[in-house]
Amino acid sequence: MNFLKKTLPLILAFVSGWLAITLEYIPHQNSEATMASLTKGLIIIGAITAFMGIYGLFSLHYLKIKRRSEGWGYSTLVIAGFMIMTAFGIYNNGAFMFQPQVEAGGISWIYEYIFNPCQATMFSILAFFIASAAYRTFRAKSLEAGILLVAAIIVMFGKVPIAGLVSEHIPEVAQWLLDYPNMAVKRAIFFGVALGGISTALRIIFGIERSYLGGE
Amino acid sequence: MRLFISIFMIYLGFQLLSANAVEDFSVIDKPNDNGGAIVVSWKEMVAETEKNFFYQIMIAEQEDGPFYPLEKMAYPLKGKGFEVKGYNKEGEESTLVVPNKTYFVKMKVLNGDKSETTVSESEIISVTTKGNFFAFNKLNSFLILIFLTVVIMCFIVYAQRNPHKLFVRRIAGLDAMEDALGRATEMGRSALFVHGLRSVSEIPTIAAINILGKIAKKIAEFDATLRVSNWDPIVQQVSQETVKEAHIEAGRPDTYKSENIFFAAGDQFSYAAAVEGIMVREKPATIFYFGYFYAESLLLSETGAHTGAIQIAGSDAFTQIPFFITTCDYTLIGEELYAASAYLSREPKLLGGLKGQDVGKMAIILILILGTLFTTLGWQGFSKLFWPS
Repeated sequence: MNFLKKTLPLILAFVSGWLAITLEYIPHQNSEATMASLTKGLIIIGAITAFMGIYGLFSLHYLKIKRRSEGWGYSTLVIAGFMIMTAFGIYNNGAFMFQPQVEAGGISWIYEYIFNPCQATMFSILAFFIASAAYRTFRAKSLEAGILLVAAIIVMFGKVPIAGLVSEHIPEVAQWLLDYPNMAVKRAIFFGVALGGISTALRIIFGIERSYLGGE
Repeated sequence: MRLFISIFMIYLGFQLLSANAVEDFSVIDKPNDNGGAIVVSWKEMVAETEKNFFYQIMIAEQEDGPFYPLEKMAYPLKGKGFEVKGYNKEGEESTLVVPNKTYFVKMKVLNGDKSETTVSESEIISVTTKGNFFAFNKLNSFLILIFLTVVIMCFIVYAQRNPHKLFVRRIAGLDAMEDALGRATEMGRSALFVHGLRSVSEIPTIAAINILGKIAKKIAEFDATLRVSNWDPIVQQVSQETVKEAHIEAGRPDTYKSENIFFAAGDQFSYAAAVEGIMVREKPATIFYFGYFYAESLLLSETGAHTGAIQIAGSDAFTQIPFFITTCDYTLIGEELYAASAYLSREPKLLGGLKGQDVGKMAIILILILGTLFTTLGWQGFSKLFWPS
């Protein structure tokens, strides 16, 4: 049992990790075919787990409705929404489910007139959240916050057309801030992330990192 | 006089023809590839001549044809290294160049006027495609990978032998993790772990799962509740297993509840809406954001800030880090996300990996300084060693 739960996953991680690295440097058609097969495997696993995800979603909301937990009404909406979309998907505007999905009918209508506006609403809230987060950040309580505030004002002001009318140097300074100090930090983070990624991958491949198996 | 004019005209004709002839025409199998492309090169003509002509590559599967034309190339298209990956047979869809097959290639120079008559034609060159077993154009990246692997492995071995000689700087966000979980326990509220929006094959997600294992173990020890929201069903399954194993490791398998590790939604803003709803309704005492986030980062963390939760975030998404810094109490920036697992466990082998990373970073800094210096002095050779080719 321990072999299946601990040793086998470590062997699989080691073999598949080195295989993926090696295949990256072998451009041969057989290597590409192997990589394509591995990717297909991932897609198949994804398809299977999608059902498990839906099962999990349903059981979670079913339990909430059954227990009359706080906000259980929203759970009925989740299940109703899923059922309605599935029904329209199977009906497929009269072509039924064994035909390619028709871009008309109930599914398209719900997508266009309910789903898309809901998404747009969520996205538009972001603008207000940015304002509220910016207000909190720009309270210059320390030297660092003060520098941040000044830099942010220059960049924000430099990006609107009126800045050029006030002084032609303001957009230039704003662009300089983005191209040099900002870019330098960005690249430093990228180097760190790349090295961290390599190190994490090696730790997993060599079985040193086992947290994903639940152990130390 | 007539004879002189005739000779002059013939000479002029030869000059014109030779000026428009395809010179230095070569066809090779594309190096460092899977055998699915050939590379055609020819000498570039002078600009004044080129303006009036088209180049056209013709490809055939047999020496005697039929030759299928590729798109016409007009000035200023360069004549070096034109890559052919496919061609159109008459009445057929695009045909791809395949490995282990011989192709016959020639080039025509066509008149630029409406007649498009052939001015000159190259010899026919045959080429056999084949897949290569090593991408020499990635040799620099391969050697760097080997170097980093050796350095990191050396430090891991060193750390195992000298476990007390390693110093790792404090990471405030990780030090605060235990306090944040303790707060959730004392308040009798849950902790919420929010996964980023990437699949399980991505490194930030794996790093997030590693941290989840540590958090879940602490939660099991404190007998508190941990809820984990997932965007990807595979990540959900892996997270369930990780949390379950952590509960078993902590000796509390009875406290594990699979429904607490749930699939919230498979769409970015639906996911944000679902998780925000949980935050507002359940008011978790502590919220963790680990993984790769997009525009939903601020939606989530700002809502979490309004609910009064202690928030700890860790992401390598450069564009989202400022939002997390603004709204969260602690933020792990970039590589700190990958270091978290090692930092929390204090396992010498994992800490050795961190030290190896630092040496790699020093090597990169040294290369950057030298590259800048040599390039400033007018020699790009050193920098080119590290360019992708």
